[in-house]
Amino acid sequence: MPRDTSIKSVLIIGSGPIIIGQACEFDYSGSQAARSLREEGVRVTLINSNPATIMTDPIVADRVYLLPLTVESIEQILEENQIDAVLPTMGGQTALNLCKEADELGVWERFNVRLIGVDIKAIDKAEDRELFRQWMLEMRIPVATAKTANSMLEGKEFAQEIGFPLVIRPSFTLGGTGGGFVMTKDDLEAALDRGLTASPIHEVLVEQAVLGWKEFELELLRDAADNVAIICTVENFDPMGIHTGDSITVAPAMTLSDTAFQLMRNTAIDMMRNLGNFAGGCNVQFALNPETEEIIAIEINPRVSRSSALASKATGYPIAKIAAKLAIGYNLDELKNQITQTTSAYFEPALDYVIVKMPRWNFDKFKGADDTLGLQMKSVGEVMAIGRTFPEALQKACQSLENNATGLSFISTARLRPEELLESLKRPTWDRIFRIKEAIAAGVSIKTIREITLIDRWFLYQIQDIVTLETKISAQKHLENISAELISEAKQMGFSDDQIADLIKDCTGEEVYEYRKKLGIRRVYKMVDTCSAEFEAKTPYYYSTFEPTSYAEDTKGGLAFNESKTTDKKKIIVLGSGPNRIGQGIEFDYCCTHGLMAIREAGYESIMVNCNPETVSTDFDIADKLYFEPVYWEHLWEIIEHEKPYGVIVQLGGQTALKLAKRLHENGIKLIGTSFDDMDIAEDRGRFSDLLKELGIPYPNYGTAYNTDDAIEVAKEVGYPVLVRPSYVLGGQRMRIVINDEELEKSVLSLLKHLPGNKILIDHFLDRCQEAEVDAICDGEDVHIMGIMEHIEPAGIHSGDSHAVLPCFNLGQLEIDEMADYAKKIALRLNIRGLINIQFAIKDGKVFVIEANPRASRTTPFIAKAYGVPYLNIATKVMMGEAKLKDFDIRHSLEGFAVKEPVFSFNKFPNVNKELGPEMKSTGEAIRFIKNLRDPWFRQLYKERSMHLSK
Amino acid sequence: MPEQVAHISSEPAWLLLEDGTLFKGKSFGARGTSGGEICFNTGMTGYQEVFTDPSYTGQVLIMNNAYVGNYGVKAEDVESDGVKIKGLIAKNISHRYSRMTAQDNLEKYLAANNIVAIYDVDTRALVQHVRSKGAMNCIISTELSDLEGLKAELAKVPDMAGLELSSVISTKEAYTLGDEQAAIRIAVLDFGVKRNILNCLVERGAYVKVFPAKTDFATLQAFNPHGYFISNGPGDPASMDYAVATVKDVLATNKPFFGICLGHQLLARANDIPTYKMHHGHRGLNHPVKNLVTGRSEITTQNHGFGVDPEAVKASDKVEVTHVNLNDGSIEGIRVKGKPAFSVQYHPEATPGPHDSRYLFDDFMSMVKERNPQNA
Repeated sequence: MPRDTSIKSVLIIGSGPIIIGQACEFDYSGSQAARSLREEGVRVTLINSNPATIMTDPIVADRVYLLPLTVESIEQILEENQIDAVLPTMGGQTALNLCKEADELGVWERFNVRLIGVDIKAIDKAEDRELFRQWMLEMRIPVATAKTANSMLEGKEFAQEIGFPLVIRPSFTLGGTGGGFVMTKDDLEAALDRGLTASPIHEVLVEQAVLGWKEFELELLRDAADNVAIICTVENFDPMGIHTGDSITVAPAMTLSDTAFQLMRNTAIDMMRNLGNFAGGCNVQFALNPETEEIIAIEINPRVSRSSALASKATGYPIAKIAAKLAIGYNLDELKNQITQTTSAYFEPALDYVIVKMPRWNFDKFKGADDTLGLQMKSVGEVMAIGRTFPEALQKACQSLENNATGLSFISTARLRPEELLESLKRPTWDRIFRIKEAIAAGVSIKTIREITLIDRWFLYQIQDIVTLETKISAQKHLENISAELISEAKQMGFSDDQIADLIKDCTGEEVYEYRKKLGIRRVYKMVDTCSAEFEAKTPYYYSTFEPTSYAEDTKGGLAFNESKTTDKKKIIVLGSGPNRIGQGIEFDYCCTHGLMAIREAGYESIMVNCNPETVSTDFDIADKLYFEPVYWEHLWEIIEHEKPYGVIVQLGGQTALKLAKRLHENGIKLIGTSFDDMDIAEDRGRFSDLLKELGIPYPNYGTAYNTDDAIEVAKEVGYPVLVRPSYVLGGQRMRIVINDEELEKSVLSLLKHLPGNKILIDHFLDRCQEAEVDAICDGEDVHIMGIMEHIEPAGIHSGDSHAVLPCFNLGQLEIDEMADYAKKIALRLNIRGLINIQFAIKDGKVFVIEANPRASRTTPFIAKAYGVPYLNIATKVMMGEAKLKDFDIRHSLEGFAVKEPVFSFNKFPNVNKELGPEMKSTGEAIRFIKNLRDPWFRQLYKERSMHLSK
Repeated sequence: MPEQVAHISSEPAWLLLEDGTLFKGKSFGARGTSGGEICFNTGMTGYQEVFTDPSYTGQVLIMNNAYVGNYGVKAEDVESDGVKIKGLIAKNISHRYSRMTAQDNLEKYLAANNIVAIYDVDTRALVQHVRSKGAMNCIISTELSDLEGLKAELAKVPDMAGLELSSVISTKEAYTLGDEQAAIRIAVLDFGVKRNILNCLVERGAYVKVFPAKTDFATLQAFNPHGYFISNGPGDPASMDYAVATVKDVLATNKPFFGICLGHQLLARANDIPTYKMHHGHRGLNHPVKNLVTGRSEITTQNHGFGVDPEAVKASDKVEVTHVNLNDGSIEGIRVKGKPAFSVQYHPEATPGPHDSRYLFDDFMSMVKERNPQNA
């Protein structure tokens, strides 16, 4: 059926603030859906409370409501707009639940709004564990033995029936919250209690545990004519028992025979067709018994999900975009494959590469948290890597993690004894894959590792191949001894130059690079084209790989080994921010996306480099060219050598991008905007303080130290309380406020243990002072203050964890003027071209500068949204030198105040101290608009402002 | 669970294409020299079923997927009595496999079937080359490394156009499958039939007799079948006038007729519709086909290098189009007007591939039963 023309106006519901289990993948799907609908002439209205998203930008929707995700907000929107239909499948479980709640209250009916892309009845069947189980039994699809319990007593009874090990799964919770394995009777009571409490309806499923079965996920699309296609099959490296969000996953499925796959495919299609009447995306999970190849259904999600975002990036097939078109009536066979633009959208992508997704955890932020991986998702972000071999994709994923891993070589400082190693493999933690490698290197048999970890042997063999090659490389004591064949093999297996250098021990990564370059061993770029090269593709989405060099030279000309053809246009590369983690999240993706668009508008070719599959900036049609690559020096450098860009933007991708500035500068690459030296002044505590002194701007007393004795000396000078922190870190990592020598020594010791050799910064802590921050744009001549935000919480709580009010609500005009004046002076003196963020402390009417960040900040999107100004577009054009601030007519449109509200994911870590302090812990944020300070929500918040402060 | 030994050999192998393109890779499987027409398959599962599909006779196959061999081999996962491809080209081979129920690894299996193969080749670049230059002959060798020697061997490989291969690989003797007492008897003309096609018929209650390719019509008729099935197979349908004649005789009986792949092309030729050699064919598990009768679409398994002339089909007053390919509009299914005869270009039996089109076997069986209500 062609497009339903009665749908002229659609409401899309977003997923709200980022929390563990529901991250920026829904910004990606929501934005894609909105653009897809507008392409069809549909008017799109959007609700989301998350200001850091692209989806809430005026470039995405016709009308955006930055409101709390409540039924009241929905009613307000429906009163103010003529909405024909609501699309709730793009905003995760949050949007589906809200849609359901509104349905129960008769809201949709009252306003005559159709639900598209979903069948309300399907939500319950998919979410309620018992309904799901009953439904599966009706369909004669095998599931794990289970029973639903609504009380402790029932739970215990059923556990006795089913036997151990078993799983407790609470109903209607997100990302497996409150669920867990129970291995023995002793742990049952606590687990039941946790599960029943977590479930909003006080219900848990007591289920047989299928530990060690293999886990697979299928991503499906279905249209109104009941055509179904499997877009992607994802295999979990980690077997059943670890939440798929916390599992390393691989696509396409590596170990599935056609018989086993078709059984899953048929079952998944039957399930989706039977689930209800809706057109859109769906995700089905199965467990497979490796010994018998029987399968059981685990769950079904009738919406786009984290996995469908991954599947879209993994295959090139834009699931959300197509799902949105299906929701307004199109059939799959009426749409075109968006990548080839010539073939049908109704097909199943074929891959000729391997992708590996690795989760990124942040346990260091949650002291006391249980870091055992299990049914409940604990990771805060993820990376995806593409390669032509599994080891290559795996090692590229390691290189993308932003944790100093050079590949699967990351060796923790503590070397374990063999028996300790085996013991550590029993408990799955974030570094298990590194431990597995260590165990194989220590000579433990694959059989033993398989028995302990239950990971499929094919994956273990692949890791063993990496170990074997490592041994071969380290046997060569000098770089020149290494043959071209060996280097080529190592590169095809994903070894980084640094990793090879570490193995040989007599050279640096750069030397390895120069050596292999001389041997002609260079990266080639291949396209992600949905079809394994069967058809010509039009979309410039690339990944790097190494191919065997041994083709005959004379025929080389006719073959496209390197598919990334460069143009003569002036190009600008934007560096992305890598995996989401606390302190660096979706806000930088917002900045990158806008940056790319501004570059395009200015007539340059925009090139994106990033490895985060959840992002909008890595969508196939945002940049002129996308390199889905680790934001890692080696990969970046070869892209630069290939593309020869006019310059690189490091200001938009957070600290990840910024920290590459030095090396870019040293290699003669133009940084677009502020120069490296000027950025370095801002980042280097000593140089920055000298500058402040010169400008006559007050700052807290400070000093630096490399050891405890010096630290105590410095503390004496600057005066207690002091703020102790390492240099060059993100989100206040390991930052502490201490009040005496004893505490200081403890915290310095702990810091040096984790970051040996780090320069420690010690600042006098301005107790009981007020905090505020400024974001500004400078073009070298003029400085524009984007906004001044006053924090509700007093100093001592990380700015990312504070409520920030825009504009200031309590500070006097004098102080505000002083901050603006200081910001202007600093920006001009630092020669900022582009963005700067400055943090202030105000004590007894005196304004101190705490720090300056010469880049886009966490609050840049918030201000842009609150004031309704396209600040990132302006900043990027200023950075490029394409425009001056005076070229823009900037008007703030805000009545009352906008409040940035931090959102935490503490419920994932029940035993963690929830106190706030100088180290950032929030995972996301929401925006709230208040008319005036009499707002009851604000008054309550203000009253409680000091409650969360840790000593 | 036996520990599997990591592969250590990396003997070189060479691949030469008719247009002079030369690759050096590594050898696995049998040592030796082998040539055929180069083609590629985009499927991501079911390599063993593909390798044993008789329609691949005479062809050297590139597997586009990054890996082959990951789950080993198993005696049950075959479509005929042995490996039918002439050679294999791959990016990565897994010497060690995952599957607990597998019996051996792919390397030993190919060696045992005397199949020469080459891996560690940039298959993606090669596929793009074949996609743009079209199907051509090629040779893989582990023995010859000099260009002249390779060229000489390559020259001996016959041209696929005009080549008749069905009678070579067809069964030599007729045989039966299923229950002899079954109410429905189906005569299968074997031009290289895939095992699962026969299974699909037997599963639906047919007693099946499989006849050699060149069986005369009278012999077929003597089985007194309720319906005829004309199989898939390799080679150029234009070289099979003998088969076209048999198909014409079968059509004259007005008994239910079902053709797959080559059988589809023969049905077209029997109705004066020409076939042609495609640029590089369709081979994979993801080809979208629209059923024009029901309006529903299906994801299909395909394996063909020849096609039915679309203009001639559309102009024909004898047949009508029932299925089209959604990617390139090529003809995927036809039926003969006024007769219970239909055929599809793709493979509803799948193996490997999606089971979306299995309904065609049901359609065929209902057609038979409708005409023989006493046997239904």
